[in-house]
Amino acid sequence: MGIFLLKRGMTFLATLWATSVVVFVVLEVLPGDPALVILGVDAPDSAIHALREQLGLNRPTWERYVDWVTGVMVGDFGTSYTYSVPVSELILERLQVTVPLALMSMSITVIVALALGIYAASRHGKAGDWGVMIFSQLGIAVPGFWFGILLILLFAVVLKWFKAGGFAGWDAGMLPALQSLLLPAIALAAFQVAVLARITRSSVLEVAREDFVRTARAKGLSRRATLWRHVLRNALIPVITVMGLQFANLLAGTIVIESVFSLPGIGRLIIGAISNRDLVVVSGVTLLLAAMVVLVNFVVDLLYAVIDPRVAVHD
Amino acid sequence: MTDAAASPATDRQPPGFLARAWRHRSFMIGAALTGAMIAMALVSLVWTPHSATEIVIKRMLQAPTAAHWFGTDQFGRDILSMIMVGAQNSIVVGIIAVGIGIVGGSALGLTASAYRGWVEELIMRLTDFTYAFPAILVAILITAAWSPGIVNAILAIGIANVAIFARVVRGAANAMWAREFVLAARAAGRGRLAITVSHILPNITSIIVVQATIQFAIAILAEAALSYLGLGTQPPDPSWGRMLAEAQNFILLVPRLAVYPGLAIVFAVLGLNLLGDGLRDLLDPRLARQR
Amino acid sequence: MLLQVDDLTVTLDTAAGPGRAVRDLSLKLDRGQTMGIVGESGCGKSMTALALIGLLPDNARTTGRILLDGDDLLAKDEDALCHIRGERIAMIFQEPMTSLNPVHTIGRQVAEPLRLHRGLDASAARAEVLRLLDRVGLPNPKARLDSYPHELSGGQRQRVMIAIALSCGPDLLIADEPTTALDVTIQGQILELIAELVAEDNMALILISHDLGVIAESVDQVLVMYGGMAVERGPADSLFRRLAHPYSQGLFAALPKLGPKPARLATIPGTVPELADLPAGCPFAGRCRLTVDKCWTEPPPTEMVSRGHSATCHRLQESVL
Repeated sequence: MGIFLLKRGMTFLATLWATSVVVFVVLEVLPGDPALVILGVDAPDSAIHALREQLGLNRPTWERYVDWVTGVMVGDFGTSYTYSVPVSELILERLQVTVPLALMSMSITVIVALALGIYAASRHGKAGDWGVMIFSQLGIAVPGFWFGILLILLFAVVLKWFKAGGFAGWDAGMLPALQSLLLPAIALAAFQVAVLARITRSSVLEVAREDFVRTARAKGLSRRATLWRHVLRNALIPVITVMGLQFANLLAGTIVIESVFSLPGIGRLIIGAISNRDLVVVSGVTLLLAAMVVLVNFVVDLLYAVIDPRVAVHD
Repeated sequence: MTDAAASPATDRQPPGFLARAWRHRSFMIGAALTGAMIAMALVSLVWTPHSATEIVIKRMLQAPTAAHWFGTDQFGRDILSMIMVGAQNSIVVGIIAVGIGIVGGSALGLTASAYRGWVEELIMRLTDFTYAFPAILVAILITAAWSPGIVNAILAIGIANVAIFARVVRGAANAMWAREFVLAARAAGRGRLAITVSHILPNITSIIVVQATIQFAIAILAEAALSYLGLGTQPPDPSWGRMLAEAQNFILLVPRLAVYPGLAIVFAVLGLNLLGDGLRDLLDPRLARQR
Repeated sequence: MLLQVDDLTVTLDTAAGPGRAVRDLSLKLDRGQTMGIVGESGCGKSMTALALIGLLPDNARTTGRILLDGDDLLAKDEDALCHIRGERIAMIFQEPMTSLNPVHTIGRQVAEPLRLHRGLDASAARAEVLRLLDRVGLPNPKARLDSYPHELSGGQRQRVMIAIALSCGPDLLIADEPTTALDVTIQGQILELIAELVAEDNMALILISHDLGVIAESVDQVLVMYGGMAVERGPADSLFRRLAHPYSQGLFAALPKLGPKPARLATIPGTVPELADLPAGCPFAGRCRLTVDKCWTEPPPTEMVSRGHSATCHRLQESVL
């Protein structure tokens, strides 16, 4: 287990490092002159020189990289060109929307998908199974952002139960804030629920055919007890891997969904930064999002070892 | 053994593929929906009811009529025509992005499988790593570095596809390398490259085809999302995703505008997914033999 | 009588149509008695075992009676069967590698029937598990309690399976090919262990195997199955002294023998037919060297060969030399 942890930890750090290199190379090296990108080709030379000086672009590339990375490690992402405030401040503020949104959406995904998947497997070949499969086939085909628009149409325009978008803010209290995140979280979760329900179903069905399930039944366990005590934990092993990837997709998905519901989160920040050519913000936020994805996958790896005692041995 | 070496590529599709396909309900639904999308795109190349880009202010936001089946948008453009041309757009993005994935991913996957050892380890770590960057994040990086546009969107979706195909191809190829007819070819002294080209690749094409169908659907979803954000297709080219972004501005006034492009995406993606699932059933020799 | 099976028929609904996996099987077994069921794979012996413990697949239908101390198991509902499985009838399976749950500890898996049927609490169950693991000869049982199945060898896992089966002191133990997946050197040890434990607890044992050698060494009564039918049965000693059915003779001839000059290994021509394709008459018709026309069309009669030893065949006169 110790060696397993060490190995996974090393991979995790190496991936983080590679991520920072990619973000830096793509945003700071590939475009040529970031100052030119930020100000546009029509900007006067003097302004470009000044910005170069301000961003420290006249120094060697590797020196800039080291500065940037060491800064990021202590939470200093640089200063936004458009907002003239530290990027870390912007990110912290926006994370208060994005993280709760992603967590809420992931909770919905896990709860609904596991319930549907297990239900479908237990009704294998019957009407309930078919119903879940048809729902999931549709869910995989519906774009999350369009589903969001439809939710706005139904719940905000027709029924008027919710606001069409915007964020109430945490100061206004827990409930209104969560309420303004509910529709976006559902819109974000729909696709992932459909995917995860399918995987849960097929995983449960596959494990149900295993010999040890027959052993459990031969001990005198009922079908239900066998499902809960023997099938589920084994069936969850592949499901958890997918859940890790899904959380990554959810984080990326928030970028789109925040635009649909006009939520002031990380996604809106980055889309705004792109149109403002605020490269400092773009690099900070993409690095952060990618790092979160890597972190989640690392945690999933560890979780995997907890659930499946064979993993730590084989590695 | 020699027999086995000669035949697997041909016995992969048992006789009566078409007959079995005809009986496979979801495959037929998928084929019909996909066919409809392709037909719509092809027709739009030579004819659309109206121009998909012409702005006619005096007929803006009209309800559906005999002349404009789906009505018109805020610039008076014909929605049906835009959706037809949008199909072209989705198909082009899908073909190129998935093509990038197939070519790049197969090359990586086959190399990993043929050489194993540290080569495989390196390639697989590399694909693992790209999972840290979902397609949207890649698109954001690329458009931030250069500029928003359909070419960059296609590139971003293509890069994500490379990793996925590399993984799938390597898994399938590894299974093939363990098969007897490949061992026979190796025993006969044929090189890795020759075996890859003559034995491995022909025997994993069905797996690549199935994956390509599924990835095509995902590419359409990704393009729609990027265009919705303004990072994909740029005006005035019609795109289903951008139509939805524009429709959202008028959602209180004309909610209908938000319905048609969304349905177009759903039907296209649903069709491709059903087609892919059906192909998997029909092409998988393991399943085929069980029937 | 502990176990009495009357005219048991198991019909499987397959894609190729309904097939009878077990045909009109009857048998009796009392406490302290052991019976071997032998035949090739697909002959219905495993289906018989699953029918006895009530774990047939969903596409199976049964007729006939299975009486356990006079109670018909086929008439019982699922809840009642759960109280019989593991408590009164226990089973050991062929694949020790996959028959244990990979994510639970050995201790937990052996304790499960104890907690379920005996209502033991955790510490009492643990003590009992320790005793059981020791009894089945698992080395260092205390350390094994918290091991996972993948940390044990095949033979050790089969010992754990035996401990699970014995945990509640069942009246009937069914062992379905318990040694097939094991190394030859371990096979004998496991068979000996089963025989020993069965004798100590005065259980009834049904040992299922495709291996005539395994059967010959381990049981009092033998039942040879083919195509779902009992084709020959009798006390082990008289049956093996004079194999009457052509199929039994074929199985025996196919056994590898030690000798100065190993002759070519005999085989039974052909393979076991699909259930739905079995002929109306004798299931062995066609593969049998003595096949005549009526073998295809008429069900063969059962005739006595010697005391307690009978065979079901049209050509018994010709086959018994």
